[in-house]
Amino acid sequence: MATFHFELVSPDKVLFNGPAQAVLVPGNEGDFQVLSDHAPVMTSVRPGVVGIDDARGKHHRVFVRGGFADASKNGVILLAETAIPFEELSAEELSQEIRNAEEDVADANDDQKRLAQEKLDRLRELKDAIKL
Amino acid sequence: MPSLKDLRNRIASVKSTQKITKAMQMVAVSKLRRAQAAVEAARPYAERVESVLTNLAGAAADGQGPRLLVGSGSSQTHLLVVCTGERGLCGAFNTAIVRLAREKANALAAEGKTIKIICVGKKGYDQLRRTHEKQILEMIDLRAVRAITYETAQPIAEKIIALFDNAEFDVCTLFYSRFRSVISQIPTAQQLIPPELGAKDERAPVYDYEPDEGEILTQLLPRAVAVRIYRALLENAASFFGAQMSAMDNATRNAGEMVKKYTLRYNRTRQAMITKELIEIISGAEAL
Repeated sequence: MATFHFELVSPDKVLFNGPAQAVLVPGNEGDFQVLSDHAPVMTSVRPGVVGIDDARGKHHRVFVRGGFADASKNGVILLAETAIPFEELSAEELSQEIRNAEEDVADANDDQKRLAQEKLDRLRELKDAIKL
Repeated sequence: MPSLKDLRNRIASVKSTQKITKAMQMVAVSKLRRAQAAVEAARPYAERVESVLTNLAGAAADGQGPRLLVGSGSSQTHLLVVCTGERGLCGAFNTAIVRLAREKANALAAEGKTIKIICVGKKGYDQLRRTHEKQILEMIDLRAVRAITYETAQPIAEKIIALFDNAEFDVCTLFYSRFRSVISQIPTAQQLIPPELGAKDERAPVYDYEPDEGEILTQLLPRAVAVRIYRALLENAASFFGAQMSAMDNATRNAGEMVKKYTLRYNRTRQAMITKELIEIISGAEAL
């Protein structure tokens, strides 16, 4: 299967850098999968799980807390705010994230409330999904 | 002429100073290694953010876009964010950054611009306070911060952006020391708002934006400011330890030379005294 260059970087480290077959991105307006030769797209990313199929077909999952994805002819770059490989993610950490999000909702004014609430809902969904 | 006892005391005190500087040097070396690794780890993210921002800004029409990107259309009030170390004993590290900031401030003042200053780090504040006391808005103290993370930079960025939104300033410049190598740290000024961007790539593809361009830009720009500050802080930390390491290395060497010099003098004096005593004994015996 054709591959393309994929990079997943967070402010303090590079989590993935190399060829990938497919990447599932939790975009702000819906999840989408990027295959090679994808049309140039720039999107913001909501909290969720990025799925990566590397060149050998191995599947990696990484939890990201928002960020940006930039797909161009040079490949795909995902700038994550925070990125934690799925294996290292624990239920406590996620609960902590949810608590933070709850605080954000409580603190936010009307404009930001909607965004914060969305984020919180998303995190809750995610927690349920992991438990399954 | 100092007595033997004075010399002995002097040698002992220089030796203990040398022990301290030696220890500080070694601590700086190990901290430098960690700081250097952090700088390198942060580099890809910062570079990617820059390139994404350049792409986006290139796609946005000229002179259009959020104020954080194109500026407020004026350059009357300048905000200088001066990042320095929290501690001294690091050679000219802090002074070099402050000097650059001061030169810039004086040049702007000569042009009749208004200047405001935010100091990150105590040492820069101490030095700038002498000449620009009134212009300093705030001093951000990072002494309690053990390791610089993105979360350290974020509140600083938020503060700066809030000031910008309140039209407190038009142009923001960041001063820090770029880490080139252990012996070379370059004081650098970087314009933060509006950002300096690389040349537009004319062949840049036409992107699809989700949600729209404007929204992505408004999310990305504050992020880019924070990333730049984060990077500046990391570079600064690495530079600081580099400067401290070479300063302490010099100090250790100087102390070593001093010990050698005093030891030589001590031995000469001791010998001279013995010779003198012998002469006294011999001439005493001859007189009999």
